[in-house]
Amino acid sequence: MTTFSDTEFFLIETVIKIAIVMFVLLTAIAYLTWLERKVIAHIQSRWGPYLVGPHGLLQPLADGLKFMFKEDIAPLEVDSVVYWLAPFLAFLMAFLSIAVIPFGTSFTLAGHVIQLQITDLNVGLLFVFAVTSLGVYSVALAGWSSNSKYPLLGGLRSSAQMISYEISLSLGVIGVLMIAGTLSLRGIVDQQAGLWAHSGLFSLLPRWNFFLQPLGFLIYFTAAIAETNRIPFDLPEGETELVAGFHTEYSSFKFAIFFMSEYANMVTVSAIATLLFFGGWLGPSFGPYWLQVILPVFWFCLKLFCFLFFYIWVRGTLPRFRYDQLMAFGWKFLLPLGLLNILATSFIVAWVHS
Amino acid sequence: MLQPYIPILIQFVIVAALGGIIIGASAFVGRKPRTREKLSPYECGSLPVGDSRGRFSISFYLVGMLFILFDVEAVFLYPWAVVYKELKWLGFIEMFVYILILLAGFLYVWKKGALDWTR
Repeated sequence: MTTFSDTEFFLIETVIKIAIVMFVLLTAIAYLTWLERKVIAHIQSRWGPYLVGPHGLLQPLADGLKFMFKEDIAPLEVDSVVYWLAPFLAFLMAFLSIAVIPFGTSFTLAGHVIQLQITDLNVGLLFVFAVTSLGVYSVALAGWSSNSKYPLLGGLRSSAQMISYEISLSLGVIGVLMIAGTLSLRGIVDQQAGLWAHSGLFSLLPRWNFFLQPLGFLIYFTAAIAETNRIPFDLPEGETELVAGFHTEYSSFKFAIFFMSEYANMVTVSAIATLLFFGGWLGPSFGPYWLQVILPVFWFCLKLFCFLFFYIWVRGTLPRFRYDQLMAFGWKFLLPLGLLNILATSFIVAWVHS
Repeated sequence: MLQPYIPILIQFVIVAALGGIIIGASAFVGRKPRTREKLSPYECGSLPVGDSRGRFSISFYLVGMLFILFDVEAVFLYPWAVVYKELKWLGFIEMFVYILILLAGFLYVWKKGALDWTR
């Protein structure tokens, strides 16, 4: 058996991890569309996809093939460089942010410790926010370059909405940072390990940040739904008024890519919510070594799934906001609430630690 | 020190290649019977009227400006929050004054009606 040097091992390990994560993420996104159609259908007393494969399970595959072979139209007078760049940017930003998301603990293989995370940045959270917020460019550029009225309006609305809610998004998590004292996502999860021992009634609850920062969580998750342009904040795509918003003029796989990025962003913000507020991969862990490696990944995926289901549930339940209501809600309610939450948290943390 | 960033670079290259291949392939594979009508911008089936990059509401600019102000504020809060446990009351008072000043500006903007979308 050949032995690798540390550098070689590091590179090979990274490429394998990226390949696995990308494969799982792309499959998850494909089946998320299936799940969404199925769940919404059942909410509305319909069957949903049923023809392609058992229970429509091959539907995502069929959709993908169809997207691939559809006619690829770029309308006349589009700003061609920007028009092609926009979906590319959306894809890039959506799938790059997954690199710092930890999805399990670590295990040892041939003397090397392998962390279940592509890379553990010490500024992981900032990296995610920085990259996901660059996604605004794809929306704004897609709307602008299409040379059509609906995409322009959709792109403008969308970028205004995304930047408005981004402030609340970043303010919502500051409480957690004060408690954790680190920006590394792995560090934040490690700090939530264990139970609330010696606190009477609550001593059986896990030490998740959610119980310390319920308001912060609500602010974060509301803003996250708006950031990913989902119902009830899906004004950019409000099909009753804007046809399809910023991607009206996109067809075939360019159109699919905007959807894939939206779903990838949903996965990312849900993963952040899981890691920051619900203890990430922490959960009961027992049994032999391999089980202790797999169980945390299972808990992480379970929590993630709950969030994604919640997204779909919200879509099946709520109507769409009006645009002025949306802006008022973001600026006049979530933003002051976020600041208030920071002030209250900082007061309590200073009180406890002195 | 920069080692944790190498996987990000690799991820960037892989994702960029994948995105390029997908977009390029779909443009290459699909059918392309093109007519002038089909390539015109969508406008409910009728001929497009006027310039599609017309004027739009000034409110969008305003939101952009306010975003820069408040997002910089949020970014300022990040390093403070990370070392907050060591700063304790000193950090609390300093940031309290900072947030208070920003809150004053926020209330001014609100009072002036910059946050009202329909005016």
